[in-house]
Amino acid sequence: MKKTKPQRVNELTKQEAFVKKHKQYHHRISSCRIFIFLSFLILWELAAYAGWIDAFFFSSPSRVVRCLIELMTEKSLMMHIGITLFETLLSFILVIVIGMGTATLLWYSAGVSEVLEPYLVVLNSLPKSALAPLFIVWLGTGTPTIIVAGVSVALFGSIISLYTGFRQVDKEKITLIYTLGGSKKDAFGKVVLPASIPTILSTMKVNIGLALVGVVIGEFLAARRGLGYLIIYGTQVFQMHMVITSILLLCIIAMGLYLTIQWLEHYYKKHL
Amino acid sequence: MPEALLQLKNICYSYHSLSVETPALCNVSFHINPGEFVAIVGPSGCGKSTLLSIIAGLLEPEEGTIQFHNPDGSLHYPKIGYMLQRDHLFEWRTVYQNAILGLEIGKKMTKENTDRVLQLMKDYDLYKFKDKKPSELSGGMKQRAALIRTLALNPQLLLLDEPFSALDYQTRLMVSADICQIIRKSGKTALLITHDLSEAVSLADRIIILSRRPATVKIEVPIHLTLTEDSPLASRNAPEFQYYFNLLWEALSDEKNEAAKS
Repeated sequence: MKKTKPQRVNELTKQEAFVKKHKQYHHRISSCRIFIFLSFLILWELAAYAGWIDAFFFSSPSRVVRCLIELMTEKSLMMHIGITLFETLLSFILVIVIGMGTATLLWYSAGVSEVLEPYLVVLNSLPKSALAPLFIVWLGTGTPTIIVAGVSVALFGSIISLYTGFRQVDKEKITLIYTLGGSKKDAFGKVVLPASIPTILSTMKVNIGLALVGVVIGEFLAARRGLGYLIIYGTQVFQMHMVITSILLLCIIAMGLYLTIQWLEHYYKKHL
Repeated sequence: MPEALLQLKNICYSYHSLSVETPALCNVSFHINPGEFVAIVGPSGCGKSTLLSIIAGLLEPEEGTIQFHNPDGSLHYPKIGYMLQRDHLFEWRTVYQNAILGLEIGKKMTKENTDRVLQLMKDYDLYKFKDKKPSELSGGMKQRAALIRTLALNPQLLLLDEPFSALDYQTRLMVSADICQIIRKSGKTALLITHDLSEAVSLADRIIILSRRPATVKIEVPIHLTLTEDSPLASRNAPEFQYYFNLLWEALSDEKNEAAKS
């Protein structure tokens, strides 16, 4: 007994040392990230202040903050952010629903998937911004065009990756369902769908970003509201502060959306 | 002589591709009596799994007939339980939810059926793990859980496709003994595929040796072991064990030599 006790204490400190080292490592990672961010801001501000760059074209952090307050109070910035966010989420939901539906159909019918494959490949590699002018002619300027633009950017890639994910499910697990007397519907519901949840989540992670890309493209061309519109408007009236502020806001939105999906993924893994 | 539960007559099956036809089974005929434990042994890749898929009704034979004579005299397809090589327990379900998968699919979630599953879990020491995930079970327990999933549908005929091949040797001996006891106690008819000769001799009442591809029945060997106690581990010590082992070994070696010649 006497001998084991000090050993256990020793082990505990080794464990503590491990935890400490782990924490230190992550501390260093976070401080590096913050350091890069702050030095960028400081350098930017300094460069603008000292006249190394023209603040009229390149703006500066302090001007961005001033512009942000001005936009909030005078140009109803919240409405623009809300519009962009709403359009992005709606596009995203449509992509998930249509994408899942189509991928399911393709999984059910090998024939349909073979027939559609070349079309999907072409539509996926086509630059969707090339279609935007057409959408304007067909749907006019406004929310429908922007939603369609957002959907078109993300949809075809997500159909392809969802379908590929469905196909990669272990064939023997599907055989198991058949040996238990199940149908193709059982195979989908009991095996393919639950086994594909990680694929679905990672597709969602990519899609939320792509939907935002599509929506901003749409807003460039066919909107009177939204952050994309603010960027175009800012360029036209030569208000670079407004353009840069909007871009930074888009960065924050993109990060927020991504983190939301990531949180969902963590939640799923924890409760599996 | 009781009437055979399962009678295969001249079963033929080939796999097709654009360039070649690969015959897998050629005129396979044999029968299985009710309550019998039959093992099929053959060189690897000889079409053993194809044969099981045909019996299970997953594949349609190109030629030949399969007949069933159920104990009640009817000729309808009996309920067949098929145990695959790997356990394939789903990680997103608990052990119990995995065990009732077949009942769920067949919409047979009656109190009677689920109670039987729970009783089986109690009998085979899985009850306290029923709400755990499959990854928390040992290899042997997973295999037992897979067997309960198969037995939940109360099949008359059990098809076992090398169900122990994924286990390490020691576990394999224990689990095959275990599963064999379970099957014998429940009085089920079973057809086991294996490439392990000693496993076949220790478990089965009769062994069917298949030739190399295209597979056909080479010989059938009924196994009679003098046993002091009835367990697969004890049967490995039976005086006749070595004799049967050598007999089968020679039959399989002949196959290998012929394959080498051609």
